[in-house]
Amino acid sequence: MNITVKLFASFRTGRFGEKNFDCPEACRISYVLQELGISESEVGVLLVNGRHGDVDYSLAPDDTLSIFPLIGGG
Amino acid sequence: MTEKIYRVNMTTLTASAEDVPQEWKTLGGRALTSTVVAKEVKPGCHPLGKYNKLVFAPGMLSGTACANSGRLSAGGKSPLTGTIKESNAGGTSSQCLARLGVKAIIIEGLPQKDAFYSMHLDKNGITIAEETELIGKGNYEVITAVRKRRGDKVGVLSIGPAGEMKMPLANISVRDPEGNMRSHGRGGLGALMGSKKIKYISIDDAGAPGVAIAEPEKFKEASRVFAKCLLDHPVTGQGLKTYGTNILVNILHEAGGLPTENFRTGRFDGHDKISGETMHDTIVERSGKPSHGCHAGCIIQCSQVYNDKKGAYLTSGFEYETIWGFGADCCIEDLDLIAQADHLMDDIGIDSIETAVTVSIAMEAGIIAFGDGPGTLRLIKEIGSGSHLGRLLGAGTAAVGKAYGLSRVPVVKGQAIPAYDPRSVKGMGITYATSTMGADHTAGYSTATNILKVGGFVDPLKKEGQVELSRNLQIATALIDSTGLCLFVAFAVLDKPEAFTAIVDMVNAKYGTSITGDDGIALGKSVLKLERGFNMEAGFNSTHDRLPEFFEELCPPHNTVWDFTDKEIDSFWDF
Ligand code: SF4
Repeated sequence: MNITVKLFASFRTGRFGEKNFDCPEACRISYVLQELGISESEVGVLLVNGRHGDVDYSLAPDDTLSIFPLIGGG
Repeated sequence: MTEKIYRVNMTTLTASAEDVPQEWKTLGGRALTSTVVAKEVKPGCHPLGKYNKLVFAPGMLSGTACANSGRLSAGGKSPLTGTIKESNAGGTSSQCLARLGVKAIIIEGLPQKDAFYSMHLDKNGITIAEETELIGKGNYEVITAVRKRRGDKVGVLSIGPAGEMKMPLANISVRDPEGNMRSHGRGGLGALMGSKKIKYISIDDAGAPGVAIAEPEKFKEASRVFAKCLLDHPVTGQGLKTYGTNILVNILHEAGGLPTENFRTGRFDGHDKISGETMHDTIVERSGKPSHGCHAGCIIQCSQVYNDKKGAYLTSGFEYETIWGFGADCCIEDLDLIAQADHLMDDIGIDSIETAVTVSIAMEAGIIAFGDGPGTLRLIKEIGSGSHLGRLLGAGTAAVGKAYGLSRVPVVKGQAIPAYDPRSVKGMGITYATSTMGADHTAGYSTATNILKVGGFVDPLKKEGQVELSRNLQIATALIDSTGLCLFVAFAVLDKPEAFTAIVDMVNAKYGTSITGDDGIALGKSVLKLERGFNMEAGFNSTHDRLPEFFEELCPPHNTVWDFTDKEIDSFWDF
């Protein structure tokens, strides 16, 4: 199935900002992270269609997955 | 060395040094400014009248070797909101004052003559002089001139033309190490300083005795632990340094909490053009500085120097809230134009949040169109010039909304709501509603836990847990604002208990006390209650702890609404 993956901040370095991504049906976010070479401990926030999820979340076709390192501001 | 309270009487143009009352000895920053205001200012007074006072106090740890401890608190009754106000800023002044043994400066009375004055503070005390040359001048020129007059290292607190005109969105500027600006931004304290007819205060700490520390070894050890916590945490050690606070544009957009086109939706199509990632690349490309500290001793370094296309200095301290305000809220997709706006606002001396939201209301009113960048710069210049339109805009978001008969006006207690939509970051809504300062994101930064997953996670789209989250954060913030620590240390403190212990240890080592973490929390609570007490006497009650009713409209993309009952909001104060 196809999903959209968006990367932010330092995760873009050597990777990409936004990309269509092919992955197995109902695959978990952890699979995508592994494919991208991002370790789970580096991840700060995961959003699926703008809602918070965790690495065990099962993705559906056409989902947008946004991946952020731990960030702050204000 | 004994600390002193400096009391400046602008009616008689005299200053005196007083002993610090016993009960104020271990207070600093916000705890001290709010205590002085609550004790000495009539709650019902006119903010620009003779009974209001302008109070400055360095934090409890300012002037020491503790990292990020150079924040200065300014307090008074707010000309914008009519509530009590504490606004803190970086820059070099807090450390200068602390090293001179200045516990607080309390400025009272009003000059009898129609003239402006400057104040100079050094190891010999305070002198007041009439000022003519710099009247009407912008902050950049004032700071350059004062450095020439008083030496390159001098600390400066100044107001621009907006403060002289006593506009409710005027701020007080604080020079940073390079001679650029940080600001006591919110609540119109620049108008209060303008009412006292003080154009600038210069502070020279040459020959200052320095800060007395009761137990230096203990202090050193605790400050080492604290610095390590900041450096080891990914946000305070790396994230803020690399991308600044503007890294938030993209995550708030993705999470649907980036207020766009005067709070119509939570997503902005032009988000990537104004994002922290784009800003970082632009700064590097133009040989600016991606990281910069607003005072010596800042190791987080969220500030930056942003150059124009030709590589010349344009602005610094270019913050998420400013970029959100002109970017998403006014629909301007041009970072360079927003940087020009930031420079203008620093020079005129106006709060970038209140100004941005006021401009978006001017767009709502049809004065200019949403997305009109050049029109935005023109409106900001109108404010600086004091034209009739400029005066109206200079009165702030609520006033412009009223003048044009609008109800879609995002304010609480007359202060503009900043960069997080309360319908999709619900913990922030509780903070906006209940803060003693009017809508203020820094008062209890629920975004940390709602969006950024710092200090745990509370779902931003649900009501559960938000009141408690905002309460705990507001209490902790009142404490941090009293220490002189930059609020951004909270990202590390929320995740690392040893950082909080280190703060308590440093306070104890400085004063020779033995307070506990619980005492610190009790102080935070008492500051909030004291401030609320002032507001109640000034005529505020729980009906003012409410968000505007247009937040009952759906906020795309999640289509959530503001749905807290009055009772739920009011339970915030059950402590
Ligand atoms: S982190 Fe930013 S706001 Fe805080 S002290 Fe440093 S430069 Fe100033």
